[in-house]
Amino acid sequence: MLAKRIIPCLDIKDGQTVKGVNFVNIRNVGDPVELGALYAKQGADELVFLDITATHEGRKTFVDLVKRIAREINIPFTVGGGISELEDAGKLLAAGADKISINSSAVRNPQLIDDLAKNFGSQFVVVAVDARKKPEHWAVTVNGGRIETDKELFGWAKEAESRGAGEILFTSMDHDGTKNGFANKELAQLSESLSIPIIASGGAGNMEHFVDVFTKGKADAGLAASIFHFREISIPDLKSYLRQQGIVVR
Amino acid sequence: MDVAIIKYNAGNIMSVELALKRLGVNATITADPDFIRKADRVIFPGVGEASTTMAYLREHNLDRLITSLKQPVLGICLGLQLMCSHSEEGDVDCLGIFPENVKKFIPAPGQEYVTKVPHMGWNSISNLKSDLFDASLENQYVYFVHSYYAAAGDDTAATCNYITPFSAALQRDNFYATQFHPEKSGPIGARILENFINLKAR
Repeated sequence: MLAKRIIPCLDIKDGQTVKGVNFVNIRNVGDPVELGALYAKQGADELVFLDITATHEGRKTFVDLVKRIAREINIPFTVGGGISELEDAGKLLAAGADKISINSSAVRNPQLIDDLAKNFGSQFVVVAVDARKKPEHWAVTVNGGRIETDKELFGWAKEAESRGAGEILFTSMDHDGTKNGFANKELAQLSESLSIPIIASGGAGNMEHFVDVFTKGKADAGLAASIFHFREISIPDLKSYLRQQGIVVR
Repeated sequence: MDVAIIKYNAGNIMSVELALKRLGVNATITADPDFIRKADRVIFPGVGEASTTMAYLREHNLDRLITSLKQPVLGICLGLQLMCSHSEEGDVDCLGIFPENVKKFIPAPGQEYVTKVPHMGWNSISNLKSDLFDASLENQYVYFVHSYYAAAGDDTAATCNYITPFSAALQRDNFYATQFHPEKSGPIGARILENFINLKAR
């Protein structure tokens, strides 16, 4: 059986791992390659490295970091942050990334999804969608949740799929950082309306939340950051708990 | 030992080179027919579309070169599919090393949103029968990303089950192939690559 995936996410600034709560208040949690290799050894199924550096020098540092990750780490990894052109993606592919994730740039220029899929294949393209619940619908946000757009979550995810996205990484801005569990209702709705895998993000606080995201949320993968970085949950413990609960994991 | 990784218009060849480097093996990414012919091991990796890749191989005479090789050859992912007889992807005749045909995964009616295509992620391999594998690898998880599969047949060296049982690996004589990515499959994948490098002369 295809296993459900556990994916630690590492936010990178100037070559270092950071994680904010609700995307502010950053704390340093070490060297990304070292941390990534540790997670891989512990049984993480994939890794995501998000570059939150805004400067040009920071971008260069990130490409160098991706090369180091590709040399050291023997499981698939996705890189994201600041990718707005084919050329950016090409550099990351050349540096050894297995997949890239795009977010705000895809909202601003949806054609980018088509272009990336056509040039590098859908398996290379993860479309990350951050959304927040509004009275009328789930509004897609950009710039790390700071700007709301007119787009609606389910319509946008469907459009991303039809343009060639290989996976959708959905973060609920209402759940992110709360540690109260994932947005399972919305995740299930996404999973049941798309034929590409859904990666759930935002809200993981305990091991039970991962059981819920795979059963109630019907997600293909669960992503989290701080609970792993601060060693609140260890990946081997999480995997054995999921196995006990009848969920297929590696 | 000379290990050649065949260079052609396919993506992510470097990760195979890096995985070998982690095993202490320096491989050469090359399209040089003489080097490939003389190498002790040849790896035919690949991520891409079958019909355009086959057209490229024919144009560069790599099709005849690959089928004529006598040393151990390892096809990976699209490499496995191109070593088969025919692929539904672009309806193209392939290298014909393995008689199996390559088909697209079609989920059962009503299962389109349950069994997703591509088959992406970690799945287990079983019924291992090839010197590429050892007994400890039975039922271990490896990493797959593919929408097309080689049906199970005479050359099947490992099976995996997704929508239907399919060939996770094939072997015929000196030709080996895996549908999964050993270079991305953690310590299990590293073990498989190591087994390939250490194959006894036939």
